[in-house]
Amino acid sequence: MNIVEKILARASGRNNVYPDDVVFANVDKVMVHDVSGPGVLKVFDKLKKQGFDIEKLWDSSKVWVAEDHFVPSADKISAENIVKLSNFTKKYGIAKHFKYGMGQYGICHTLSHEEALVMPGDVYVGGDSHTNTTGALGAFACGLGHTDVAYVLLNGKIWFKVPETIYFKLNGKLPDHVMAKDFILKIIGDIGTDGGNYKTMQFGGSGIDAMSVESRLTLCNMTTEAGAKNGIVEPDQKVVDYLTSRGAINVSLIKGNHDAEYAQIIEYEGSEMEPLVAKPFSPENIAIVREAPSIELDKSYIGSCTGAKYEDLEAAAKILKGKKVKIRTEVLPASISIYKRAMENGLLKIFLDAGVTVGPPTCGACCGAHMGVLAKDEICISTTNRNFPGRMGHVESQTYLSSPLVAAASAITGKITDPRDLN
Amino acid sequence: MKGNIIKYEQDNIDTDVIIPGQYLKIHDYAELATHAMEGLDPDFHSKVKEGNFILSGKNFGCGSSREHAPIALSHSGIKAVLALSFARIFYRNAVDGAFLLPIEIQEDAYKGISEGDEIDIDVSKNEIKNLTKNHTYKMKPFSEIIGKIIEAGGLFNYKPD
Repeated sequence: MNIVEKILARASGRNNVYPDDVVFANVDKVMVHDVSGPGVLKVFDKLKKQGFDIEKLWDSSKVWVAEDHFVPSADKISAENIVKLSNFTKKYGIAKHFKYGMGQYGICHTLSHEEALVMPGDVYVGGDSHTNTTGALGAFACGLGHTDVAYVLLNGKIWFKVPETIYFKLNGKLPDHVMAKDFILKIIGDIGTDGGNYKTMQFGGSGIDAMSVESRLTLCNMTTEAGAKNGIVEPDQKVVDYLTSRGAINVSLIKGNHDAEYAQIIEYEGSEMEPLVAKPFSPENIAIVREAPSIELDKSYIGSCTGAKYEDLEAAAKILKGKKVKIRTEVLPASISIYKRAMENGLLKIFLDAGVTVGPPTCGACCGAHMGVLAKDEICISTTNRNFPGRMGHVESQTYLSSPLVAAASAITGKITDPRDLN
Repeated sequence: MKGNIIKYEQDNIDTDVIIPGQYLKIHDYAELATHAMEGLDPDFHSKVKEGNFILSGKNFGCGSSREHAPIALSHSGIKAVLALSFARIFYRNAVDGAFLLPIEIQEDAYKGISEGDEIDIDVSKNEIKNLTKNHTYKMKPFSEIIGKIIEAGGLFNYKPD
């Protein structure tokens, strides 16, 4: 069995599972946020009317709650949703509720690793499609809708069809100017936005071994854009150190068996990777940055669970240091812990000196919610994950997806720019 | 189950066009319905009728896990989406929440069925009859668990063996 099959076998009390088996897996952790939480409560209301008992969760200690999409509250409705979340965590005794304005908070997927909320080998489900992100810690991490999350909250388990696994092997390190974001864009360009549909996308090889945990998080994050059920990297000592430094104890490793089977193995050479962008209107619409259209950009956006981890901000700051931005540029650190580190290490000063607006942690404009959404015909380069029509604002705005290095270089020139081509 | 077709002849209809992100804060199902398909077809709300079906290409519902997507379609009156394939979260949201039937079809049905055609979906025979054109197509059968959850009326009413 490979790592995902081992996790799902353990969680469903079986000795073996095979792709296409349907299992009811016991869930170890579950997350909701200010969009899926009120959605789940709506399901609870419906269930109550049908006579279901919704007075007790299966295990409140395994549930955690984030405020991220429309915070700080964007308007009256989002403020009411935040109140609903607070009532929810109070009623059910959920201690792990990360509230904005009260210390650590941030994007749900960022908290999963910054707060060491998920461990290797866990079955972790969340009411958000980018729950896949956390597979980088060696968990089976999968996004679900409101009904399914409500089911997990009340029953502690959920059905899964055991996925086939595509193994992406990266031979050798990525060059300095190439980030994990470029590699995952390359993969999505190759296999398409449904190339991973229903499947696991696993990453391995010497290039992955050499990667930081945060880079692996970027890879797993955007398996969602290939339609994958989950993304995963077999955990190693780096993951143990990462989680231990964030307060976790007794982190144990899990790996696939030596005879693990994969539906397909796709190999890439690290040295051949280049900075890429995904052009509007699909993450699979890939171009090499040096061959990208020479268009005038209106904005550079460095934010989201995909592109505003500490490492992402560090990459952007390396480019922006001592420079001025030519177009509107926003940096929104993905959590308060990252924000603080960026402050302590001088990154915020670099951004502010360059003319960047630094905003609070939020999903913000990534999902067209608030905090810098795009107007008609505006063109944005963004470290986020999707560029469907209207994703970041007006349906006739355009988003190019890129790494933080490319987004920062483009902020300086106002055009889509390879960081190697800056003077 | 009979209904008339609203056809979108394209692949990858994503959740951002089915229900744009700005409406994610809304949890009133009727209000969500007024914004269904707004990112692709601003006229959808005025033309959709109770009992209509949507016909589309591959990877329908790709993108986000927002259950708002099947909710908005279902509360607009859509009883089934017929597509060459579905994105996984949209598919399981549609089934587990009992919002609408996701019917996987083949190229012949995708090409052969036109906007406005009246069709009859017979899940027991895995058949789709085009009553307007008097033609029958095969649909992909539901997997065992999906069939059982649909029959039960959603995940909460389904009793695992």
